[in-house]
Amino acid sequence: MRKHITLVLAGLLSLILAACGGQAQQSPTTAPAQPATTAPEQPTAAPAPTAAPAATAAPAGGTPAQPAAGGQIERILARGTLICGVNNNPLPGFATVDAAGVRRGFDVDFCRAVAAALFDDPDKVEYRPLSAQERFTALQTGEIDVLIRNSTWTLGRDGNLGLDWAPTTFYDGQGMMVRKDSGIETLEDMNGATICVQTGTTTELNLADQFRARGLTFTPVVFPDGDSTRAAYDAGQCDGFTTDKSGLISSLTLLSNPADHKILEVTMSKEPLGPSVRQGDPQWFDAVRWIVFATFQAEEYGITSQNVNDFLNSDVPEIRRFLGIEGDLAKGIGLSNDFTVRIIRHVGNYAEIYDRNLGPDTPFNLPRGLNALYTDGGLLYSPPFR
Amino acid sequence: MAAGSPPLPSGKVTIPFYRDTRIIAIIVQIVFAIAVAALLWYLYSNMMNGLRQANLLPTFAFLSVPASFPIAESVIPYDPSMTYGRAFLVGILNTVRVAVIGIILATILGLILGIARLSDNWLLRNVALVYVEIVRNVPLLLQLIFWFSLTRLFPRIQESIDVGGLLYLHNRGVTLAWPQAASDFGAWMVWVYGGIVCGVVYYVIRRIQFARRDRPGVAMPQAFLIALGVAVIGFFTTYFVYGAWPVSLSIPELQRFNFVGGVTVTNSFAALLVGLVIYTAVFIGEIVRSGILAVSKGQREAARALGLTPGQTMRLVILPQALRVIIPPLTSQYLNLTKNSSLAVAIAYPDLFYVASTINNQTGQAVPVILMLMASYLSVSLLTSLFMNWYNRRIQLVER
Repeated sequence: MRKHITLVLAGLLSLILAACGGQAQQSPTTAPAQPATTAPEQPTAAPAPTAAPAATAAPAGGTPAQPAAGGQIERILARGTLICGVNNNPLPGFATVDAAGVRRGFDVDFCRAVAAALFDDPDKVEYRPLSAQERFTALQTGEIDVLIRNSTWTLGRDGNLGLDWAPTTFYDGQGMMVRKDSGIETLEDMNGATICVQTGTTTELNLADQFRARGLTFTPVVFPDGDSTRAAYDAGQCDGFTTDKSGLISSLTLLSNPADHKILEVTMSKEPLGPSVRQGDPQWFDAVRWIVFATFQAEEYGITSQNVNDFLNSDVPEIRRFLGIEGDLAKGIGLSNDFTVRIIRHVGNYAEIYDRNLGPDTPFNLPRGLNALYTDGGLLYSPPFR
Repeated sequence: MAAGSPPLPSGKVTIPFYRDTRIIAIIVQIVFAIAVAALLWYLYSNMMNGLRQANLLPTFAFLSVPASFPIAESVIPYDPSMTYGRAFLVGILNTVRVAVIGIILATILGLILGIARLSDNWLLRNVALVYVEIVRNVPLLLQLIFWFSLTRLFPRIQESIDVGGLLYLHNRGVTLAWPQAASDFGAWMVWVYGGIVCGVVYYVIRRIQFARRDRPGVAMPQAFLIALGVAVIGFFTTYFVYGAWPVSLSIPELQRFNFVGGVTVTNSFAALLVGLVIYTAVFIGEIVRSGILAVSKGQREAARALGLTPGQTMRLVILPQALRVIIPPLTSQYLNLTKNSSLAVAIAYPDLFYVASTINNQTGQAVPVILMLMASYLSVSLLTSLFMNWYNRRIQLVER
């Protein structure tokens, strides 16, 4: 009898191991399989329709021993769409779905910029809505190509989660929203308060740090998604609601009575938000990085979606290099030479992206602040395109 | 050498090994074992390859690193400066807390429901029927979210519903006055321990007496009464000797943000508990009903003929026999309740699954965390099964 029990236990353990192994090994096996099924439907991706089987065989056959290393750009091109991880909850200004069912927002525009650089078509994006808790797993397993979901770049995430961060697209800081009638002015007023926060975020950790450092106590109410967190605060189940300041400003518009609430002056942390990719493919990482830089650089040169065609006739060598008219700089990062032109033409430069989603003509009217070019006292600075 | 010699004339035919069923059986099993091992090895090495490429090799080192994320409620002291290991333990205890309370309440409610379904009273029987049919046909997750949303309808904490100054209802939960140890609590505890010792001594003596007379008897209720009696006497004695009650009542007081004093049951915990109890009780009720119906009609008639009241018939004759049918399926309902508590993640109750997901998210150590998570649920479930199987053996008919 006893022997049987140990046997059963051993069997169970092996099953567990098998299950875990099964989950983790999905990524390498499914990733190469996908292009094979979708590529024939995308005549633009394959140079000639007859060559489709050859084109699909190339990414798989190129490096048969290590399917996960490198070749991400080829895989995306063969697939015909970019899979971009975005916020699953509406975050107006950053990622939301408008009345016509079209995704809009600052983060969404960067997804479109990457797609424009790859395909010369910003609509070739498949959006994958992800919660804060799901996002890094989705990226680690290769379910998405790039994560652009107001995610903070930290040392721990960069190092321990197997991710790489492209340049910061939005410099943010953690804030705190309270009711106007609560009389709270500073964090010190919040000793003993109940605070709503979303799990799987840096804000959850900063909140604990900030209160610990000030010797204050608080009761956390922690939800797995942004919608429930905001709803609980709105219902008065929490005295405060904390997340990135941009997130608070955006959430304010979704509260039942926005005029009753205010955002405290205090900034509790640095929250540099930017796109991230899976570690292990430096070329793809470089491509995403330079796509972001291209939007900065375009603003610096004053090139917009309106006037980009005029610049194509420019005599200035550095602009000619930037727009890919001279040289073949983009080859090194696996992109087409005119990728900057594609981005600017379809999505615009950084200022256009910012103003369209967060600027003066939007309900948010966020000042550029740190998110201005270095020439205007901000932090946006692109290395030279040469 | 034997192969070279001619066949023996005695008629004994030697079978080649590849046609010997015993040897074939062994070979097939070895091949199968190797195939399974190879498959497991393939899965394992594939996983490790993938994790190495993603720079995510599994390690348990994170367990001793400060967790630095807060947990809303905990049975043991916890703050964000404590380790991930401690946070995991908090998760386990939170799951055990809701499971234990939930199992007790669900059993009581289920028993009532099962009996009500068989009642002669038309109204009672049909109310129970409607309850069963509604609850078991709606997904549990939906029910949990329903109960949780319901808690939002209570007033904000500043405008709590006040029940006699001892109980406050608000949209963050229920705050109620709760006894707490006063300065002379230790003196009373001596009496409590004394009472327990008296009860145990009484019980042992009675059992020995029963054994000598070779006749069955009941000693447990009397033993409880003795223990309780001593404790109550001690309670008053402490008051008269020291001039103060050993236990005082902690009255909740509304401070600026929250109640201080008393005990607050959070709305997440309350919603989870209510949801689990109401859902599981339905299945337990049906199990109880089938158990009662499994006892032959003659038993009930015989009991009634002996002059037992309907209540006595149920308590002394029907239920003890029904238990033998009830216990095995009941065990799986207990396990279901425990496992279903992982749905707590949807309503912000920090159970094991919830805490483990947060740890996974912060450390990126998916494989160790999931392994620990599975091992924890497995242990809790196996312990429950072990206890229920022991109880099941105990109540089986002893046949001679």
